[in-house]
Amino acid sequence: MKPMDLVTQALELIAALAAAPLFLGWVNQCRAWLQNRRAPSILLPYRSIRKLFYKDAVIAESASPLFRSAPYIVFGAMVVAAGIIPSMGTQLPFTIAADAIALVGLLATARVFQSLAAMDIGTAFGTLGARREMMVGFLAEPALLMVIFVASIISATTALPAIAENLATQKLALYPSLAFTAVAFVLVLLAENARIPIDNPATHLELTMIHEAMLLEYSARHLALMEWAAALKLFNYACIGFALFVPWGISTGADSPITLLTSIPLLTAKLAITGATLAFIETMSAKLRVFRAPEFLASAFLFAVLGLLVHLLLGA
Amino acid sequence: MTGTPFDLQLLNLCAALLLLLSFAMLAQRRIVTLVNLLAVQGGLLLVATLLLAWRTGERHLYLSAALTLALKVVLLPRILHRLIRRLQVYWDTEPLLNISGTMLVGLVVVVFAFGLAQPISALASTATRNAIGIAVAVILLSFVTMITRRKAMSQVVGFLSMENGLFFGAMSATYGMPMIVEFGVALDVLVAVLVLGIFFFQIREQFDSLDLHHLESLNEYQSSVAIASHGTAREGSPRIDGEQAAPAQKET
Repeated sequence: MKPMDLVTQALELIAALAAAPLFLGWVNQCRAWLQNRRAPSILLPYRSIRKLFYKDAVIAESASPLFRSAPYIVFGAMVVAAGIIPSMGTQLPFTIAADAIALVGLLATARVFQSLAAMDIGTAFGTLGARREMMVGFLAEPALLMVIFVASIISATTALPAIAENLATQKLALYPSLAFTAVAFVLVLLAENARIPIDNPATHLELTMIHEAMLLEYSARHLALMEWAAALKLFNYACIGFALFVPWGISTGADSPITLLTSIPLLTAKLAITGATLAFIETMSAKLRVFRAPEFLASAFLFAVLGLLVHLLLGA
Repeated sequence: MTGTPFDLQLLNLCAALLLLLSFAMLAQRRIVTLVNLLAVQGGLLLVATLLLAWRTGERHLYLSAALTLALKVVLLPRILHRLIRRLQVYWDTEPLLNISGTMLVGLVVVVFAFGLAQPISALASTATRNAIGIAVAVILLSFVTMITRRKAMSQVVGFLSMENGLFFGAMSATYGMPMIVEFGVALDVLVAVLVLGIFFFQIREQFDSLDLHHLESLNEYQSSVAIASHGTAREGSPRIDGEQAAPAQKET
């Protein structure tokens, strides 16, 4: 383990923690612009997190220790995930611990704890949100795994940094299979991060909400952690997408501070474009009924499997 | 993959898109969109044929590309659109299977088709032999489209897309059929669509609907019952009632 690798790892973690709310703010700002609203400040997520940390936490009488510990577990899982995903460099000491499949498991752990905590109090909204979240989750997970499998088969490894490195250093070629899986991944990203066709992140009291319904009972620092974790989740998904589909510009060299430095503005540019695209997709599409969600995610699964089949047949 | 030349990569992309389009047709319930998808499928075939012609230098492939353009991209979709307008059928009724179920069946069919095409691909010597599996999959998926639909219109679209799949299969296995066969098939398809168009009007006049399950009971007594029961309760528009009056006047 070289000191440079440790620097890369530390830089990635800090960048993820610091930039995740900024990314969320950027998406919200783009959305507001596209919808002809006055945009909130891009720093708004930071401010609300800071505000929440200063408040006193209120917890329901019936809450079990699970309810108190869930925010820390969820947040912790997201931070660990951010450590595994290569966003700037591929020489990460932490990634020996977990490959892409373990990463999906890590995200699933966070989801399970969030849902259990939502059911813990016993309010109707929390239970409803938790059940819907699990429904979306169990449909989105196989699609996400399929997406990762396609990239793994192409690069013959399930380690995310190795996949990114392999795809980044390869000669440029048309991969229909990767194009299909990219579409599948975008659908999964929208569903998993409670974006518009599945859930509306802008509502706080509606019968259709999923993510917000699970957070209704949280306040102060717990809520801050949960919201920060949600922002981190979006950031992590974006970075998984970059690693699989647009890995160019990622630092692959063993010890190269220069490529690491150039990867920072590239990552920023990618995030900016992704955020704007995400806002555009959300503005252009209408929210689906909850019962249509399985159809939406079935098509994501279909795209991913088609990508796999096309790759196996055409070798492309 | 990195060793494959760029035009072959483009051909592979076309093949993959054809497969995707077949799934889109499988999921689509609006007949107008279905016909548009058929036109896009024809367009993709055109691109694939041109690419292959350019790659192999086979003169007759340019001709068949021209034929594809004239027939599959322009003429057939136009005829079908006209039929839809005149018959006023815009939606297929309840599919026999829900969309997610159809998709899963489609995936199984694709896996089966790929397995089926494996030995053929092993024997073929063309650069595009890998795409044979996709051609077989497109054919079988069109079959599924026809099976899961009730309306005559979407069944015809399924039939035409099957023909597209066959054409693509012939192209990727042997760089296209002999010109005379291709002309014959093209003419057949054109005539089939024209005849089926007349057929649609006859079917609707008989049963007041384009739902093909009425054809399953083709004897004198039952069909008259079918007319009696469906004449009143079908999802008709006032325009059809007007049309219904027309043949009655003709008879008197």
